Amino acid sequence: MKFTLSWLKDHLETKASLAEIKAKLDQIGLEVEGIDDPSAALAGFTIARVLDAKKHPNADKLQVLQVEIAPGKPSVEVVCGAPNARTGLVGVFAPLGAFIPGTGITLEKKPVRGVVSNGMMLSEREMQLSENHDGIVDLDAKMADKVGQRYVDVLGLGDPVIEIKLTPNRPDCTGVRGVARDLAAAGLGTLKADKKLEGVEGTFGCPVEIKLEFPGGDDTACPCFAGRYIKGIKNGPSPAWMQKRLKAVGQKPINAVVDVTNYISIDRGRPLHVYDADKLEGAIRARLSKSGETFLGLNGKSYTTDDSMCVIADDRAVLGFGGILGGEDTGTTEVTKNILIECAYFDPNRTASTGRKAGIQTDARYRFERGVDPAYIEPGLDLATRMMLDVAGGTPSTKMIAGKPPVKAMSIEFSFDRVEKLMGLKVVDAEIRRTLEALGFVIEGKGPVFKITAPSWRPDIHGPADLVEEVARIAGLETVPSAPLPRLDGGVTRATLTDGQKRVRRARRTLAARGMVEAITWSFIRQGEAEHFGGGAESLILANPISSEMTTMRPSLLPGLLAAVQRNRHRGFADVALFEVGQAYRGDQPADQFIAAAGIRAGAARLSGTGRHWDGKAGDAGIFDVKADAVSLLQSLGFDAAKAQITRDAPAWFHPGRSATLRLGPKVVLAHFGELHPDTLKLLDVSAPAAAFEIFLNALPPEKKKSRAKPPLDATDLLPVTRDFAFVLDKGVAAADVVKAARGADNALIASVKVFDLFEGGNLGADKKSLAIEVTLAPKTKTLTDEEIEAVTKKVTAEVRRATGGEIRG
Amino acid sequence: MAGADLGALETELLGEIASAADLAGIEQVRVAALGKKGRVSELMATLGKMAPDERKSFGAAINQVKTKVSDALDARKALLDKAATAAKLAAERADVTLPVRPGPMGEGRIHPVSQVFDEIAEIFADMGFRIAEGPDIETDDLNFTRLNIPPEHPARQMHDTFYLKTPGTSLTGEKAPFVLRTHTSPVQIRTMMNQKPPIRIIAPGRVYRMDSDATHTPMFHQIEGLVIDETTHFGHMKWCLEEFCKAFFEVDQVKMRFRASHFPFTEPSAEVDVGAEAIGKPGQWLEILGCGMVHPKVIANCGLDPEKYQGWAFGMGLDRITMLKYGIPDLRDMFNADLRWLRHYGFSAFDVPTLAGGMST
Repeated sequence: MKFTLSWLKDHLETKASLAEIKAKLDQIGLEVEGIDDPSAALAGFTIARVLDAKKHPNADKLQVLQVEIAPGKPSVEVVCGAPNARTGLVGVFAPLGAFIPGTGITLEKKPVRGVVSNGMMLSEREMQLSENHDGIVDLDAKMADKVGQRYVDVLGLGDPVIEIKLTPNRPDCTGVRGVARDLAAAGLGTLKADKKLEGVEGTFGCPVEIKLEFPGGDDTACPCFAGRYIKGIKNGPSPAWMQKRLKAVGQKPINAVVDVTNYISIDRGRPLHVYDADKLEGAIRARLSKSGETFLGLNGKSYTTDDSMCVIADDRAVLGFGGILGGEDTGTTEVTKNILIECAYFDPNRTASTGRKAGIQTDARYRFERGVDPAYIEPGLDLATRMMLDVAGGTPSTKMIAGKPPVKAMSIEFSFDRVEKLMGLKVVDAEIRRTLEALGFVIEGKGPVFKITAPSWRPDIHGPADLVEEVARIAGLETVPSAPLPRLDGGVTRATLTDGQKRVRRARRTLAARGMVEAITWSFIRQGEAEHFGGGAESLILANPISSEMTTMRPSLLPGLLAAVQRNRHRGFADVALFEVGQAYRGDQPADQFIAAAGIRAGAARLSGTGRHWDGKAGDAGIFDVKADAVSLLQSLGFDAAKAQITRDAPAWFHPGRSATLRLGPKVVLAHFGELHPDTLKLLDVSAPAAAFEIFLNALPPEKKKSRAKPPLDATDLLPVTRDFAFVLDKGVAAADVVKAARGADNALIASVKVFDLFEGGNLGADKKSLAIEVTLAPKTKTLTDEEIEAVTKKVTAEVRRATGGEIRG
Repeated sequence: MAGADLGALETELLGEIASAADLAGIEQVRVAALGKKGRVSELMATLGKMAPDERKSFGAAINQVKTKVSDALDARKALLDKAATAAKLAAERADVTLPVRPGPMGEGRIHPVSQVFDEIAEIFADMGFRIAEGPDIETDDLNFTRLNIPPEHPARQMHDTFYLKTPGTSLTGEKAPFVLRTHTSPVQIRTMMNQKPPIRIIAPGRVYRMDSDATHTPMFHQIEGLVIDETTHFGHMKWCLEEFCKAFFEVDQVKMRFRASHFPFTEPSAEVDVGAEAIGKPGQWLEILGCGMVHPKVIANCGLDPEKYQGWAFGMGLDRITMLKYGIPDLRDMFNADLRWLRHYGFSAFDVPTLAGGMST
């Protein structure tokens, strides 16, 4: 919504400065988006007269002017190339040092073909007033007595344009008068009374019949359509003052009667339409369109209707969309003699929907979709009539009104102490009353509960909270005193995070502590990627994705991370360790959303360090790097990974032989880890080997509520004893089975079993391997005798043989 | 043997000791002098055949020589030991300028948005706010309708909101379109429906809008706050947001401006600007959040009595305040996973924000 300062002052009697007006608008919820003060750019330009014009001695197309720039002062010499420069011309002068907005040049003192120019005579284009560059500005010779004065002042161009960002709840402020009313209520002046209109009601009946044609009488789409006929107009250009204002707010002047409709739209938030009555056939009506009707809009584009749109039609055809766009065929031109003015009410929602479907944004739609004042149909018609008579003459008919204005009085029971209860702001009753009345509310009753009726132009008012808002915004939210929020429990703050939230936090910091870098990647990925990672169900596909790369809710964090890995490789980082802790989706229900902590190590990005180093060769990160990540992360989250089962059934996006799943029982999957399948790398276009893990934080069992005190430390002074064993095993035997068997040989005595060597090849044969373990015996009560040690050693050998078929390596 | 000869022997042996060049040389001298068949030992052996008087005087003299030689041997040996160690250590000299690996603590980073989330949680925890969460996929009922955003509202159009292909079921059992939540406000609804006041929550999370340009990304982060009880009012909200801004931007004073505005789910509503001196740029205002008193219809939509309960809510862009605080110029970089950017703007795992230690220090 744009208007000029002088336009505002048509409605508002005020002494406030532009800055005060801006501050007040911001305060009361009419946020100022910008103020364009044309006088700022043109401030340095003055009226000047050419006293003498002679041909330039060295150039055919240039003249040397003697210019009077201040009365009674010596003239200055100016070189000018304009064909219309002549002795006696009164124009606009820019002195040296001035910035010329149209050319972007600052004037400097320098000779033009040997003659120094001490300034410049300006064209309109050079001042960015128009595209006119046929010559320099050529003012009325009578302006000669204004020489030396500022051009903007003399021409009245110094009228700042204010643009406000109107929130959708304020249709009343789509008109300058509504803005003025708000400012007056906020103490910035008084709202001027409306002039009484004379001579608008004619003596002959409206010759065009106006009808509402809605089957069953459901006329919510257009409950009221008022019109008046004016015969014998002379439709030239509108007066200069009107054109100037329209231009200032970005409206193109068309002709006198159309300009009046546009003017009232901005002045009052009351859109109108005007028809060339001689182009209408029969009656004019509002009705719902049938699917497939067409018309040519005033904007030169053709539109086809569907059966939900409200249109205006005559006996022959659809003329335009009601409340959005009129038709070209029945529009007015300079030769129009007889007109019909339309002043109607169109339903906000239907207007918005039609506008959206047709892809049209107009000033009329902007106002109707917010809800114009239903009580201002007849007054609006009268104002339009008066102004059209003023600018185009003619004789008006009586008005014709189809339907009834949909005025519904909204009355609210309101107690003034609501303001303090909701705002914590004490406003005296008299001020509450003054504010509401200044905004047009009617207050009835003796209190403490009043009956408050909202003005017809405020469809946004529904209840007490709305009234509190009116009082608060006019008082200014900055006047609300801050009040400390009382502590809920008093004393020291209690912990607020849930176990799940703590896990997320801890997971992030654990993985960062393991040298990985946290990324945040999109929740939606390509459909093909989602399918590869076990997702891509119809229920997780967006109906309106923003690009083909973001179509489907991700089933895993890995595709996004892999894509990120490759982007970094393209930037020259060969070895990348990224992680993300975030949500992924198994379905569209809340319970289907889960939190995963996933990481990728690509190239030689290992825990010990990334890439090549003088102190040892860094191999590519592999399954045991990510297994370490997964196990450490679980450990950090309070879960002993040794309690989980490791199974070889990681999903297909992993290397089938070098990946695993960590489970808790047959159903609960805690994590997957391993090297990625070459097909996965190929799909994501990743050019390096990569290993990954993904842990499902929701799958972890809830942390047991332990007592704060830890159990006593169980330690003895007896030295532990270690014994090493090397077993020859079939290659397929799992190390974990060997460890488990050894551990189980004597649960009381064996404190730990470590795998310290793995050997394959040599003379073992292709299908065998040798696994060496260190068994630690921790006596609890007395030092072990050689016999006791020997007995345990035998048990270990026997248990491992029984469980795995392994034999002690000879 | 005469005393003069003993003196000569002593001189000779001490000379040999002094000239021994290494530990082996010393050992040779020791064996030759004090070994079983050493010259001093052999003289000792002659004592037995001597007369008692002679034995006494010669014995004392020879013991004196023995002691002197033995001491000299020890001293020389210690000296040579030290020299040998020094030589060994000299040979073990390392190039101390060789670089070491930065180690995982030097390589790892926390994303700035995660860091700021932890900061915010810490600050609001002190004011008694829990963290509430909700799903990204919501029905339009929770994302819009119950928040008093009517079906014809522009925000519900396909060019603003991501819709899923298949509809879901609303809480009341009707078929309802699924959307990706466009704000964290549905968490307000879920909280009010499931918890009796008093309520104090913040709800951070991902939100989605169909926007992609220099200052918008189709996914970003918001943080929502909600307080509901029987008396809490706009003044409490103002205080709370002022305290938050001071704690978050780590300044003693912060200028804030509450401008009246409009949101369907709050009444009255305000937009809030912060004086940019808080981030070292005096003279500007920066819009950081929207807030207001929860609309009575929204309270009623959650099954609470709006005549009994009132409250306030706010929502701000988590990415935006992260950018403001840490001088990050471009929103799009937040989701680009560029290692250079993450290393530069990211945080160490040890940078855990606490009230005692400060948010960023």
